[in-house]
Amino acid sequence: MTTARLDEIITAHSIREAPLMPILNEVQAEFGCIDEEAKRQIAKALNLTRTEVHGIVSFYHDYRETNAELPIIKLCRAEACQSRGSEALAAKAETMANGRASIEPVYCLGLCSVGPNAMIGESVHARLDEPGLEALIREL
Amino acid sequence: MRIAISDDALAIACGADKLAEAFARAAPDAEIVRTSSWGMQWLEPLVDINGMGFGPATPGDVAAILDGGSDKAIGKIEDHPFIAKQQRLTFARAGKTQPLSLEDYTETGGWVALKKAYEIGPEATIGMVTESGLRGRGGAGFPAGIKWKTVAGAPGDQKYIVCNADEGDSGTFADRMLMEGDPYCLIEGMAIAGHAVGATKGYIYLRSEYPHAIRKMETAIKASAHLVSPFKLEVRVGAGAYVCGEETSLLNSLEGKRGEVRAKPPLPALEGLFGKPTVVNNVLTLAAVPNVLSEGAKAYADYGIGRSRGTMPVQLAGNIKQGGLYEIAFGITLGELVEEIGGGTESGRPIKAVQVGGPLGAYFPPSMFHLPFDYEAFTEAGGLIGHGGIVVFDDTADMLNQAHFAMEFCAVESCGKCTPCRIGAVRGQETLERIRAGGRGAGACEALPQMHNAKSSERSLEDEVVLLTDLCETMKFGSLCALGGFTPYPVMSALTHWPEDFGLEPAS
Ligand SMILES: Cc1cc2nc3c(=O)[nH]c(=O)nc-3n(C[C@H](O)[C@H](O)[C@H](O)COP(=O)(O)O)c2cc1C
Ligand code: SF4
Ligand code: FES
Repeated sequence: MTTARLDEIITAHSIREAPLMPILNEVQAEFGCIDEEAKRQIAKALNLTRTEVHGIVSFYHDYRETNAELPIIKLCRAEACQSRGSEALAAKAETMANGRASIEPVYCLGLCSVGPNAMIGESVHARLDEPGLEALIREL
Repeated sequence: MRIAISDDALAIACGADKLAEAFARAAPDAEIVRTSSWGMQWLEPLVDINGMGFGPATPGDVAAILDGGSDKAIGKIEDHPFIAKQQRLTFARAGKTQPLSLEDYTETGGWVALKKAYEIGPEATIGMVTESGLRGRGGAGFPAGIKWKTVAGAPGDQKYIVCNADEGDSGTFADRMLMEGDPYCLIEGMAIAGHAVGATKGYIYLRSEYPHAIRKMETAIKASAHLVSPFKLEVRVGAGAYVCGEETSLLNSLEGKRGEVRAKPPLPALEGLFGKPTVVNNVLTLAAVPNVLSEGAKAYADYGIGRSRGTMPVQLAGNIKQGGLYEIAFGITLGELVEEIGGGTESGRPIKAVQVGGPLGAYFPPSMFHLPFDYEAFTEAGGLIGHGGIVVFDDTADMLNQAHFAMEFCAVESCGKCTPCRIGAVRGQETLERIRAGGRGAGACEALPQMHNAKSSERSLEDEVVLLTDLCETMKFGSLCALGGFTPYPVMSALTHWPEDFGLEPAS
């Protein structure tokens, strides 16, 4: 994580009202995590304590403190997908991924009549069954 | 030839982009447009060729569709019973217009309502919203006009309109469809609200799980800035916390803080964003306003029953044959929605339960399908209509599992501010696990001489059920917000209607 790039992100948002979340969102998207150094630098720039920034980063599910090692498949585990078989699929997903992807839960993607659903980055995938998930893992 | 395919995220997830490419290759002379979705989701991707529908279509169907010999033909889309029987006011443009086309929006009655609001002035605008009977579509059902009036009357140099687009409830997608399919409608609704209460700035708090909606809203805001000026709009993206849909948690998040719930009072209407008077309304509430202004308050209020006026964009989801968006006047029964319109389960098995209103909503058995879709009727029946999502489960569902999930979800998403929710949800999961095990033996810890008040004998299944019921009472009455306060709905409704799944005698 380069300090210069981080400064750019902070500066770009600092004219907005309450710039912290937009900054954190962009740092997370660009660097894949918000690490200790980033927390300190953001805290300093916004005149917050490192503890305050840490408290916020650790509150939200989207923020990571370390980089993910594998590509992430977010598999929806909420009720509507459960009713369409997401739990059986989820039980096998880890084995199917076999070290090529990390399977994480997400609670609802707003595609609730065509589940089981998954999201990879910003792309969404519906009507998943085992072959469908296999194909997603293969294409990663 | 005009070939329309939706660019709604659900259609895309079902393969709409690849299908559109296949049509572009096979019919180079045709005009291929990307429109909003009709909301017949079981048919997505749905192809609309001069008004005739084909779906669910794959690239393999393209040749047959163009030849006119496809078995995916559903006839004229507007005549399909799923569409023809709806009363689409908020979703009047669904399936018909290109979401980001200002031309389409203007041609279909766009901006008429905003002009009218400027003409009649703030007071009369609020009057119309009040008369229409429009209530908040985010869950609590609070009258929109009264909220606006409070904000309009509150002293403040700066006021805000905040649109709650956090739509975290499982089984709901109407906010997403509206933002992706008709973004200018939401913008117009927010501009009207701004004019009515004297707010010059609006925020749309949009969940990060909706990247397509984020992009469309941001583009639409830029494209229409000159039309709503001096009102300014900005999208703020969430970071994956369900509780940030609760309005005060949302405001904290917007302010760049932990999304912890605030105690009320003060009401956000008086001290909201940055301590200023703030309207917080759901996407569907704000998007219903242009219709109310352009067609009249009475026309809107003529739909519905009792104190539930107007229409509700109902979302049919889960294990249902014909899932999608169904906008209809309040008063339609649960059974009509699920069985007649939805066609029962997709698996073909009998319906066991439907959950209405998201993860905090109750589970209802088919014996309660006579319930009319109405705020008060659902409250009386021990549930809520919430944001209007209905999730269908077939007879393979295990209601103890569903109750356990409700507690698990509450524990994962709790903001941690109050004890009944933060601790209760964890204890709830443990209690349900012991219920699954049929009770528990005497605990070593409880048997210690220091533990004067603890029960040292074993606990039966019935004892555990009493504990669970007691815990749910505590959560219901002791929680600061509805996350902890309403989690007992799915849990207790599962226990009440399906005791056999908990190892008890079936309900008589
Ligand atoms: C845990 C929790 C989650 C909520 N999630 C949402 C949501 O995603 N969208 C929404 O509009 N309202 C949600 N609400 C309701 C809001 O607190 C608030 O009542 C609503 O935004 C007010 O707008 P309305 O009057 O237009 O419905 C939630 C409430 C709770 C307790
Ligand atoms: S009920 Fe739960 S989410 Fe709501 S304020 Fe209490 S701890 Fe936070
Ligand atoms: S429950 Fe899985 S997409 Fe909504």
